[in-house]
Amino acid sequence: MTELSVDLATSRRRLVIESLGIAASGLGFGFVYGLAARDAGFSPIEAMAMSVLVFAGAAQFAAVGYVAAGLAWPGVILLTALLNARHVLYSAALAPWLRDRPIWKRAVMAHLLTDEAFALSIAHFQRIGRADDRGYWIAAIVSDFIPWNLATLAGVSLGGQVADPAALGLDVVFPAAMAGLCVGLVTGRRELVAAAVGATVGVFVSLAVGTGVGIIAGGVLGPLAGLLVPAERAHEQAPLGTPASAERYAMPGAPHAPFADRDPVAPSRALKDPDE
Amino acid sequence: MSTDLILLAALMAAVTFPSRALPLLVPGIDRLPRRALEYLQLVGPAVLAALAAVNVMVVTPDGQPIFHIGIEWLAVIVTIALTAWRRNLLYGLAAGVALVAVARYLGWA
Repeated sequence: MTELSVDLATSRRRLVIESLGIAASGLGFGFVYGLAARDAGFSPIEAMAMSVLVFAGAAQFAAVGYVAAGLAWPGVILLTALLNARHVLYSAALAPWLRDRPIWKRAVMAHLLTDEAFALSIAHFQRIGRADDRGYWIAAIVSDFIPWNLATLAGVSLGGQVADPAALGLDVVFPAAMAGLCVGLVTGRRELVAAAVGATVGVFVSLAVGTGVGIIAGGVLGPLAGLLVPAERAHEQAPLGTPASAERYAMPGAPHAPFADRDPVAPSRALKDPDE
Repeated sequence: MSTDLILLAALMAAVTFPSRALPLLVPGIDRLPRRALEYLQLVGPAVLAALAAVNVMVVTPDGQPIFHIGIEWLAVIVTIALTAWRRNLLYGLAAGVALVAVARYLGWA
């Protein structure tokens, strides 16, 4: 066994352990998503379609709110595109590692690219100094895709067994989850201002015009207000494009890959996986 | 069983896939201006905060939006505080939901 393969096996073991923590978190939040979707009127097949096709937790939670608020589809699609645009950063960071893979494989990898998959896989690649397809599938599918979808199905199915969800406080799961997720994203003053202005504008415009317009207005104007904070006063703790900026989208409480201090720089050379 | 939202899911996937795939499939296409990237990083907190606030502060009993004050506010505040303190959303969610359930059981809300 070569030294490289020993390193690969060790790193994969670490990846699997970290993936178990992410999977446990995904099970919890996928279940909550399923409950919230059911409460918003999604059928099981609609909730599952979101989890399989969109496969983006924050955007899916947001979509539940959009639909419940009666937001028109173009608005839902616009906000989804804005909310998920951060994946450009992850994809760009992974591109140098995966550039010699077949295009079909990169396309599949792209669909499965989430905050958690990025944080786990980039840390694994950095540990072994090259890309590892099997490691990517562990990070994306085992830790994320399968638990998220199974839990969605359980949440949206079992939610129907609850006679009076409001009596159990389940009607506050959605706004509380949105607020809690937001806390995880506030890593500097710009984010804090964006969130405060987004919420304030959202409420005022909702009262004046309607909730659908209010949510869009908050989502579009909040970031503009955040950008007014000068960079030197932003106190950003998760700089753009680093693993830390990905981890802030991971569910708070999920064990993160402990590599926030490393930059997702391109490898000096991309090696082929000997397993292939 | 309703299937209307499957098309919406497909459209959401269609606008999500390019941001995940373009840099992987078309090297060099990720060079968005830094200001644009900074803006996009702030969309998440703004949208999530707007959704949470609108959901608990605005109700539409007769189709007309009106300001609402209720136990839901407290549940969200408790969730925020616990999540910020313990860095664990599940704890915060459990506490927020339990608070509302107990308050309603006791007839306080």
